[in-house]
Amino acid sequence: MKFTRRDVIRTTAGVAAGALGSRFVGTPAFAQEGLKYKPEDGAKLRLLRWSPFVKGDEDQWLANTKRFTDATGVEVRVDKESWEDIRPKAAVAANVGSGPDLMLVWFDDPQQYPDKLHDVTELGEYLGAKYGGWHEGPKQYATRDGKFVGLPLATIGNAIVYRESWVKEAGFSEFPKDTAGFLELCKALQAKGHPAGFTHGHGVGDGNNYAHWLLWSHGGQMVDESGKVVINSPETLKAISYAQELYKTFIPGTESWLDVNNNRAFLAGELGVIANGISAYNTAKINKDNDPKLIEIAKDIRTTNLPIGPVGKSVELFQVTTAVIFNYTPYPNAAKAYLQFMFEDPQMTDWITSSAGYCCQTLKAFDSNPVWTADPNNAAYAKASATLRPNGFAGPLGYASAATMADYVLVDMFAKAVTGQATPQEAMEEAEKRANRYYRV
Amino acid sequence: MAVPSVAAQPRPSILSRISESRNALGFGFMLPAAVLLLVFLTYPLGLGVWLGFTDARIGRPGIFIGTENYQYLWSDGVFWLSVFNTLLYTISASIVKFVLGLWLALILNENLPFKSFFRAIVLLPWVVPTVLSAIAFWWIYDSQFSILSWALQQMGLIDHRINFLGDPTNARASVIAANVWRGIPFVAITLLAGLQTIPQSLYEAATLDGASRWQLFRYVTLPLLTPIIAITMTFSVLFTFTDFQLIYVLTRGGPVNATHLMATLSFQRGISGGQLGEGAAIAVAMIPFLLAAILFSYFGLQRRKWQQGGGD
Repeated sequence: MKFTRRDVIRTTAGVAAGALGSRFVGTPAFAQEGLKYKPEDGAKLRLLRWSPFVKGDEDQWLANTKRFTDATGVEVRVDKESWEDIRPKAAVAANVGSGPDLMLVWFDDPQQYPDKLHDVTELGEYLGAKYGGWHEGPKQYATRDGKFVGLPLATIGNAIVYRESWVKEAGFSEFPKDTAGFLELCKALQAKGHPAGFTHGHGVGDGNNYAHWLLWSHGGQMVDESGKVVINSPETLKAISYAQELYKTFIPGTESWLDVNNNRAFLAGELGVIANGISAYNTAKINKDNDPKLIEIAKDIRTTNLPIGPVGKSVELFQVTTAVIFNYTPYPNAAKAYLQFMFEDPQMTDWITSSAGYCCQTLKAFDSNPVWTADPNNAAYAKASATLRPNGFAGPLGYASAATMADYVLVDMFAKAVTGQATPQEAMEEAEKRANRYYRV
Repeated sequence: MAVPSVAAQPRPSILSRISESRNALGFGFMLPAAVLLLVFLTYPLGLGVWLGFTDARIGRPGIFIGTENYQYLWSDGVFWLSVFNTLLYTISASIVKFVLGLWLALILNENLPFKSFFRAIVLLPWVVPTVLSAIAFWWIYDSQFSILSWALQQMGLIDHRINFLGDPTNARASVIAANVWRGIPFVAITLLAGLQTIPQSLYEAATLDGASRWQLFRYVTLPLLTPIIAITMTFSVLFTFTDFQLIYVLTRGGPVNATHLMATLSFQRGISGGQLGEGAAIAVAMIPFLLAAILFSYFGLQRRKWQQGGGD
């Protein structure tokens, strides 16, 4: 990794911010200094964002937006769509040059049409310098050739969610930290009637998170640094073999699962362990209907990071969302002023707090947000932005990495092998062929 | 004798000449429809065909690459799987919809009590938005919470839950069943309309000649209904072939692409994946199949010889 002078300055600023701690974060007067955009006369903005997974996120986002409107007089209409529908909507907006002024997009979206997005380098660098620097993973999604084509907003962490009493019942005093121990636990849990459940279906979030963890934790990768497809490797074979063993401990039907199936089955007491965002735990904790069964489940739920594989370190994908301004907006200054306002303290602090562990900060100064220590189960999600590995690792982000993920190349490779529809070698070769199409060999 | 002079007729204005010209009027009346067809049908279709020959991506116009997209698809197993799925889905669902729809239409054509009420009820699956009915089926087919699995388990008929959408064969059968449920009303009500145009006197004459119930159906109902069947099934096949919502909600094409139709694969690659050119090529590849279905209907099912029970 190359370090530029700017990175060094930013890192130094980050350390300083960390040293100042909460005194630094939470100083609104300071937050307004340095950079100021003057909204265009009569400016009105429309933002399209993903539907919230936890209610507090949306409530706080709208409250912050209202604060912005009160302060500047710029009206902001906030629309929402199911998170899986954001990508096609953004793609169409970029292609036809019409639609919302701003959008909260996912993964490599900004890398697919960077020239259709408003350059926000000035704002990105200002925020980075002021708030201790950006976490590298989310920043990679939002920058192209050294320029910010969007502002990395949040990382939706993914962690193991399990039933503590059942893990103990299976003979484990603590949750295993490595993949070998994890397999043994899943076998023991299944023997006790509490199977595991990880998504092998076309679930955009859960399916991709699981498949990438399987691959990366065993040292496999889709492409190398130059973008050459290297999925056909001994490491991938090991990952597939491991997935086959783990699959035997699953509840039937995971090949058809989309993003909500694992939460639902887990909260119904069908599963001993899943991987999910904090929403699974929050649903049980909030327990809108006062279901006594859910009260018990919430007390028994524990979260932890996914086990470490032969590579010896935590390697996960997670979902990164980025705020982008489209070039076609007639009000770029108003849009930048809005984003600046939403990223500044105290708005960002409030938003992360209200998101109850679902949205992990991308600016380092917000790492110490009290939400991460408010509940022990939130801790597993606190470092999502710091530890994530971008899609298409170790190659460049762009249309090829986006298309490979959108076509479920990796998800299908594992699903095909674990269900016996192909041998591990055949599944790997097919994935190689499909990926080569996007990486244009 | 003086010949009265004929006053010079004023030359008619252009407007009045146009209003009296059959050709100009015809052209004028057809123009709005032609413009609509050009703008909303011909242009998008032409653009789609053109995109299929380019490497266009989201946000980029792309350049002409000839038949490269089609060459890749030719060797792409997932594409051929989607072609197989689409044909299986269309043929199976259309046959079942036709048989059950015709049966339902024949029943509804009888003098039943509450006839109008039943006719209205039958339309419900067609009236409910596809996304809503797909979500209902999503629950019905859930691998953990399926009411079908639960009911069969309660009755002691099965000892484990049915993996409706996880097993490729089950998944295909499940999505076909959902499509049949949704499509039957269209076939049934349209054929019912056709049945009601058949004169009662033909049945009376055939009955006097000693025709059995089956012969009434075979030699009176079916020949006279064939033109309606041709139209109905053409539309039914087209709707089924281009289905998208059911699959998108139920499986997203899974498990392992076992239920991917050409329409869903085209969307996945063209929009979600950003490969507009390849997505368009998949969509264009649907056209020959659709044309074949239409041609079969118009030049086959409507042939008088066939309608009269003859062969070629």
